[in-house]
Parts: sequence; structure tokens; C-alpha cells
Amino acid sequence: MSAGGVNARRGTVRAYRLAVAARVLLAIVGGYGVAALASALLALVLPVARPEAVSTGMIASFAIMAAAVIWVFAARTVGRAALVLGLAAASLIAALWCAGAFQAGGAA
Amino acid sequence: MNRPKSFRQSMAWLHTWSGLVVGWVLFAIFVTGTASYYRTEISHWMRPELPDAIPDPVAAATGAGTFLRKTMPEAAGWSIKLPNADMTAVEVYWWQTIGGPFHHALLDPATGERSTVRDTRGGDFLYRFHFELNMPPIWGRWIVSACAMILLIALISGIVTHRRIFADFFTFRRDRSAQRGWLDAHNVMGVLALPFHLMIVYTGLVTLASMLMPWAVKTGYHGDIRRYYADAGLMIAGRPPAGRPGAGLPLGEIVSRAIAATGETPEHVTVSNPGDAAATVTAYFEEPPGLAHLHPQIAYDAATGVELGRVGEAGAATRTGAVMIGLHEAHFAAAPLRFLFFLCGLMGAGTVATGLVLWTVARAPKNAAPEGLGLRLVRILNLGTIAGLPTGLAAYFLANRLLPVTLDARADWEVGAFFTVWVLAAMASALYPRPRAWSIALTVPAFAFLAIPVIDSMTAGQVRFVGFDGAMALLGLLLFLAARLAGRRALARRPAKERLHGTAEA
Repeated sequence: MSAGGVNARRGTVRAYRLAVAARVLLAIVGGYGVAALASALLALVLPVARPEAVSTGMIASFAIMAAAVIWVFAARTVGRAALVLGLAAASLIAALWCAGAFQAGGAA
Repeated sequence: MNRPKSFRQSMAWLHTWSGLVVGWVLFAIFVTGTASYYRTEISHWMRPELPDAIPDPVAAATGAGTFLRKTMPEAAGWSIKLPNADMTAVEVYWWQTIGGPFHHALLDPATGERSTVRDTRGGDFLYRFHFELNMPPIWGRWIVSACAMILLIALISGIVTHRRIFADFFTFRRDRSAQRGWLDAHNVMGVLALPFHLMIVYTGLVTLASMLMPWAVKTGYHGDIRRYYADAGLMIAGRPPAGRPGAGLPLGEIVSRAIAATGETPEHVTVSNPGDAAATVTAYFEEPPGLAHLHPQIAYDAATGVELGRVGEAGAATRTGAVMIGLHEAHFAAAPLRFLFFLCGLMGAGTVATGLVLWTVARAPKNAAPEGLGLRLVRILNLGTIAGLPTGLAAYFLANRLLPVTLDARADWEVGAFFTVWVLAAMASALYPRPRAWSIALTVPAFAFLAIPVIDSMTAGQVRFVGFDGAMALLGLLLFLAARLAGRRALARRPAKERLHGTAEA
């Protein structure tokens, strides 16, 4: 759809295609990753009964993934998109670690 | 990345390409899912030998238990769907291990033996295709889920793209240009049923959440999904086998206890570890009135008939998830609402179809210039899917009436007819001359659907199928109308001046 991409010379077309591929990959891996981590964290930290927290984590995960994917394609550059998703994933992992998800035997 | 910089433009790009990549699979998912709202009606029609009278569920359960004990006494589980108004035969499943394979038979409640009605998968084939695409279940479910996620993204980006969503809602410029007409049709069907589209795609993902997003159960329950289900009030906690053989009561005995306890006949009963001393029979009842897909359950000791437990009360979040699944399946909906869901589903299929066509129309070469390879491929896939799938569907119904009743593996032949005719119709449509391709390709399924009531009256010929036959004739007429419209548009086609993202901006 991009007039810039279509009209540009071959080298630019290649760079454009690589950038699109990078965003698609980031959307799939990063989007799912952030949703999975958020879902896992919600199950541990929500101040409701355990099964309720797990249900909430499962139901909310798809909205989180959709938001992450939209962000990947809306960001000005791939690098920016990756940086924000990376930061989000890192903080989720840190929070999971604090919640005890990685201790022997887990938090549950 | 050399993309336009504004949020709306990047979303327009995302909408176009995410929609194109999964459009064909989405169309098939929408069509078969929409048909599944009438799954029981389809199954009814496809088994014309079944009587309407509902047999006694207690005797039916005992007969099914005897059949299963004879067939696989050492099974990991049995499942018996008791006869009701939707299905007057008994459906049984049995499996050696929890991972399958799952064997299936239809029993005659009078004899307790395999039913002699024609072998068919009925509406269940369309229902399972809707989320498994006739592939190995795990593969099919992941592919369908990926398509659903991409549809969710396409919907969100589509809403953003569509700046004048309210004003355009009242705009339908069929005659201004081919591209305008397709764009407006895409918008009207997409926006009119937008709440349905958003609801159906999200709730569809939720139905498969335990497979797609097992991570909350992983941290919350160490991955023990059964404990989560039991805690959440979705299932009764099972008990391990005792390891010594045991004999169960006749299943009808337990079904009568379940009826006495609740005043309702269970929808189905399952038996876990049937040959074991600690075998458990669980009775599942129909959802109580309301939106939530929560089935009340009572577990009984198979040997003594003593009640072991009932399913717990679901909390707010779990209930929300259950309501989502309930909305997706629309079991709660009475006839008018179900029809509305059906129409919304059709509009979903129509939105996907017009979106796919729009992609080619917006890129159509002007005058007689040859098509590029990509454009040609998309155009042929469009014809093969949008016109080919309905042809396959009609063939599935026609095969049900035309194949010999006693044919070996008859159900597989019906499914084979569906796919063979679909592929043939798709290949033929690739050969039609470009300007008239749509009108020819749509005329084929139109005649195929119109043939269904004719063939039915000549074969089964029962008054109770008038409604179904009428619906098929109506579908045929609608396809005929679509073929005529497509033919007229081809004659009146004017070169589209704007590129697609230009029109999306308008």
C-alpha cells in the first residue's frame, strides 16, 4: 500500500520488505510473548481467588496480544516497536520473578 | 521502514494486508460457523430415517452402557449423548486413552445396537470444520486461532482506517464505480454487524483459551488444568482408578437418579475408567436459562450409584468467560435471535468476501492490460473460495441424498464430495473468461442449491423437511441474484480512478 515502497528503487524495496518481515515476526513472537507473560502474571497477582485470577488472565490475554500487535505496526520504526515490547517483557518477567513464579515448586 | 507515517495510514496498510493473508480461510470459517447455528437442523435433514419421537432416556442409557461394555470394557472413558428432540438416536463415544482416538457410533435406542440410518457426519462436519478445518485437531485449531487473531487485528485497524464510520454507514454508491460499490458493500456489512464481528472473534479465541494461553494455568496451578476447572466451578474433580476391576450399575439406573435429583434429564453422561472399581459416572445437564455456557453436573459412583459431588459455583471472571463462550455458540438464542446471529454471520462472510474482491478491483489493470501474477493468483483464489465453497456445500447435501444408503464408509464419501466438488469448482472458475468469471462461478452453486429441494423431494420426500428445502432454494436464489449483479457490474465497469488507500481516506 505504501507509495514510497512501490516507487522506490530496488534496494529500497528490499529494505522495505525486510522491515515488513521484521514487524510481522515481532508482532507474532513479541505479541504472543507479552500476552503470555501478562496472562501468567495476572494469575498470580490479582487480588481475587486463584481460579478467578487464572480465568481473568486467560480472557484478557487476547486483548493484550491485540494491543501489542497494533503497537508493533503503529510504531515509527521497528527498533522503537522492539524496544517497547522488550521493556514490557522484561518488566513482566521481573514481576513474575518477584511473584515467585520461577522458584522451585513455583508460586502456586 | 518506508511506510506512510500517520497512525491511520499504517492501520490502513495493516488492514489491507492482514485481511488478504487470511481472507480465504476466514471466509470458510465464517460460512461453516454460520451454518453451525443450524447444526441440529442440518443433522436432522441429513438423517431422514430418524423418527421425531423421543425414546425413553433411561432405557437408552442402559442400552448404550451394554453396547459400550461389549465394545470396549477397558476404555479410559465413554460418553453417551442421550436422545432428545434435537437427536432421537443415542450418540456414543469411547476412547482407550485420553488423547484419543475417539470412536463414535450412533445407536438405535430400541435395540441398543448400531443404528441403521444412513451413515453421515451431518451438521457436525461443518461445525468441526469451522474450528479444525478437517485437519488433525491441534493443527486446525491453531491455524483457525491464528486467523482469528489476525481478524481481530484487521477489525481494529479497519475501525481506525474508517474515519467517517458513521456517515459512511448510510452511504451505498453501487453505481458510481465498481470499486466504490465494493468498498461501500464491504463497509455496510462490516459496520452494520461490527459488534457481532468483534464479539464473535474474541469469544471464539476464548473458547480455545486453555490451548492457546495455558500460561495462567501454568503459574496459577502448575499446569494442572483439571484442578483449575474443578476450582473454577467448570468441572467436577475426577478420582483416580482403584486399579481393580469393578462392575457398574446399569447406566439407566444412574440416569434415573440424576432425573430424580434435579427434575431434568441429563444431556449426556460420561463414564471414566468404566471397567474399574472406582469408575465414575458424571451426568451433564443442559445450561440453565441465561447466557453462560455453564453445564450443571453431578458425579456418581458407577458401582453403587452414590452421589460423589456436584460442580461448584463459578465466580465472576469464570462466569464472564462462560458467557463469552455462550454468546459464541448462541445455544441460549430462541429462533428469532438465532436467525439474527445467522444473518450477522452471513454479513461476516460477506465482509470478508467483498474485502477480498476489493483488493483485486482496486488493483485491476486499466483497459485490456494483462494482470500481474499476484493479482491473478488472488483473483483465482477469490473465485475458488467465495464461489467454490458454496458449491462444495451444496454437493455435501446432494451427496447425502444421492449416495446409496448402504455404501461402505458413506460419511467419508459425503465429505469427499464436499472437497472434490469444491476443488473442481475452484479449478473451473480459473478458466472462465475474466469479465464474466464471477457471474458464471456464482451461477454454478446457485443451480446446485436450487437442485437440493428437487432431489430431496424425489428421494426422502418428507413434509417435515419443507423448511430446510425452502432455505436451500432461497440460498440458491440469492446466489443467482449475486451472479446477475456481478454480471451487470462487469458490463458497466468503469476504470477505478483512485487507489484503495485513497478511497479509504475519503
